[in-house]
Amino acid sequence: MRIALFATCVVDQVLPEIGLAALTVLDRIGCSAEFPQDQTCCGQPFYNAGHRGEAARLARATVKILDAFDAVVVPSGSCAAMIRVHYADLLPAGDPSHDAARSVAAKTFEFSEFVSRQPQAADLDAACSARLTMHDGCHSLRELGVRDQPRRLLGNVEGCELVELDDRQQCCGFGGSFSVSFDRISADMGNAKVDAIVATGAEALVSCDPSCLLQIKGILDRRGLEIEILHLAQVLASDRHVS
Amino acid sequence: MKPAAERFHEQADRALDLVQLQGALHRTTSRFVDLRLAAVSERPDWESLRTRARAARLEAIAHLDRYLEQFEASVQANGGTVWWARTAEEACQHVTAIARRRGVKIAVKSKSMATEEIGLNHALEDAGVTPVETDLGEYIIQLAHDAPSHFLAPAIHWTKERVGDLFARTLGVPLTTEPGELTAIARRTLRERFLTASMGITGANFAVAETGTIVVVENEGNARLATSLPPVHVAVIGIDKIVPRFADLDPLLSVLPRSATGQRLSSYVNILNGMRRPGETDGPEEFHVVLLDNGRSRLLADPEARESLLCIRCAACLGVCPVYRRAGGHAYGWVYQGPIGAVVTPGLLGVDAARELPFASSLCGACRDACPIKIDIPRMLLHFRKEAAELPPEPGTVGRWPLRVAGWVMASPARFRLAGRIGYWLQRAAGGGQWFAPGPAARWARWRSVPQLAARPLRDLVKDR
Repeated sequence: MRIALFATCVVDQVLPEIGLAALTVLDRIGCSAEFPQDQTCCGQPFYNAGHRGEAARLARATVKILDAFDAVVVPSGSCAAMIRVHYADLLPAGDPSHDAARSVAAKTFEFSEFVSRQPQAADLDAACSARLTMHDGCHSLRELGVRDQPRRLLGNVEGCELVELDDRQQCCGFGGSFSVSFDRISADMGNAKVDAIVATGAEALVSCDPSCLLQIKGILDRRGLEIEILHLAQVLASDRHVS
Repeated sequence: MKPAAERFHEQADRALDLVQLQGALHRTTSRFVDLRLAAVSERPDWESLRTRARAARLEAIAHLDRYLEQFEASVQANGGTVWWARTAEEACQHVTAIARRRGVKIAVKSKSMATEEIGLNHALEDAGVTPVETDLGEYIIQLAHDAPSHFLAPAIHWTKERVGDLFARTLGVPLTTEPGELTAIARRTLRERFLTASMGITGANFAVAETGTIVVVENEGNARLATSLPPVHVAVIGIDKIVPRFADLDPLLSVLPRSATGQRLSSYVNILNGMRRPGETDGPEEFHVVLLDNGRSRLLADPEARESLLCIRCAACLGVCPVYRRAGGHAYGWVYQGPIGAVVTPGLLGVDAARELPFASSLCGACRDACPIKIDIPRMLLHFRKEAAELPPEPGTVGRWPLRVAGWVMASPARFRLAGRIGYWLQRAAGGGQWFAPGPAARWARWRSVPQLAARPLRDLVKDR
């Protein structure tokens, strides 16, 4: 079985450590993945901006690369939802890439979703003695139905304590271009999320969505708060102690 | 109400500056959300209720032409009159013509967004008729010459302190901030209006094709008075309010009050079949229905936006929307606020009149989860974003070219990698720390630290593994 890591543009250029951690975890559960060098962006920023032409061009390129694999793992709920839920609208019947898009959508998984399906996931030897809290990305939660999977996986991590956020299904306010075109509202949402994170007393915030992590980290840093941000893959790949 | 759906930012900023408003919005929307969740949890069959309610609405909208004609025939069979209005102006003309014929001086109104939408109060005043809003929230709005900021709770942005001031100033009553006393003051003043009005004007939550029945859901009894005391009752109803059969009211009336106010049933459900019949003691002498299009057939013709016509205006999506809860309703610039407003307003007025609204969302999808009709609001926001992006750019804006360039860069892995490298070095040259670029990056950096591009992208790092 050939597995592709579709890392997403944010992970590639800003948070590559998440991609490396995801590859490590996949190795450890016997599902080693490749990083196809032709990948760039799933097209979501363009799609959400209403620019369907550019979005469709990127979507066609993405499905062309990924259709050669048996499974696609995406360490971002939002980008996984783009491929799985929105490509069908973007590349409708009649589009030359429609069939490939459907085929790729059927074998694309958000990282925690994919890992939690593997029998070896229970044997991951991860340890992380820290108090963690978790943020669900809205598209993971509401478009992919990912809610319990990351928590089950964290449950297998030795020494970690998960404290849930108050009002945990609230959006962090990122929303792609929304974060700059409606910056004040976006930041107010982010600040409310950070208040909830602080209230848990957690040392680190875990999420399966790198873009939410960027928003939250931006606010944590601006407020001078020393709470670490981690992708779930980094927790599962680590045996270190978060300080 | 005159649309001003092009100034979201300005209005939202004003709302964010008002500490008192933020408090009122948060308190009330949180209360609505908690009450809704409690009421929904009482129904283990909630999902199947949603499915049935949606099916009834879908059926109505799929055959709207047929059901509208059936509704007209049913109203006529009950002795009522139906007036068709393509536009707001036509609808106002129908109502003022009836008022003129009957020599109406005072008209009492129950809360109706359709009449807000067509600006009926102004038209009535121009025709020499004094419209009196009798819903407490609408009454506050009317006294203050304000605009509704929530289509269910129009005065949600008013605190009891401000209402106390307003009543003291406009009604000459002693200052009080006690909600019970404020309500009693409004009731006393309005009761006298009900007795002198010669026309009652309402909207309707549902209009049943099969029976010609209209349903008005309310909590204050004012719609009941407005439809039973004055000799003339006029209901202004959007053509989207049609439901095929009386039995469809079962799922719809089960989901509406629960989703709106967290009630099992609202205090009053007025099921009206026209005017007083021989031998009956109350009810109006005349019953008129004005069926309002005003852009709805345009929405009906658009397969990507048609679903918005299924909305039953419960406002559950407003309560859960993190953007509405901060921006407040006035930012949406018209009668319909929140996530559904961001769809309905461009749909009814044209996207060029509300091009910012579809973007005023993080696309979190909380609205879709809360909607009792399971309307996919985020999907329609995306549709109107596409329509907005296809408009000619507004003067003074950069238009489409930045995204075109970004798309061109992203289309090639080599260009994408190179752009990342250039960005990394520029960021480093600018001090490695915070990088205040013009435009979008500055708006990010106003509130958040700027993410740093990685020294080596993942595509390079994987080669060392």
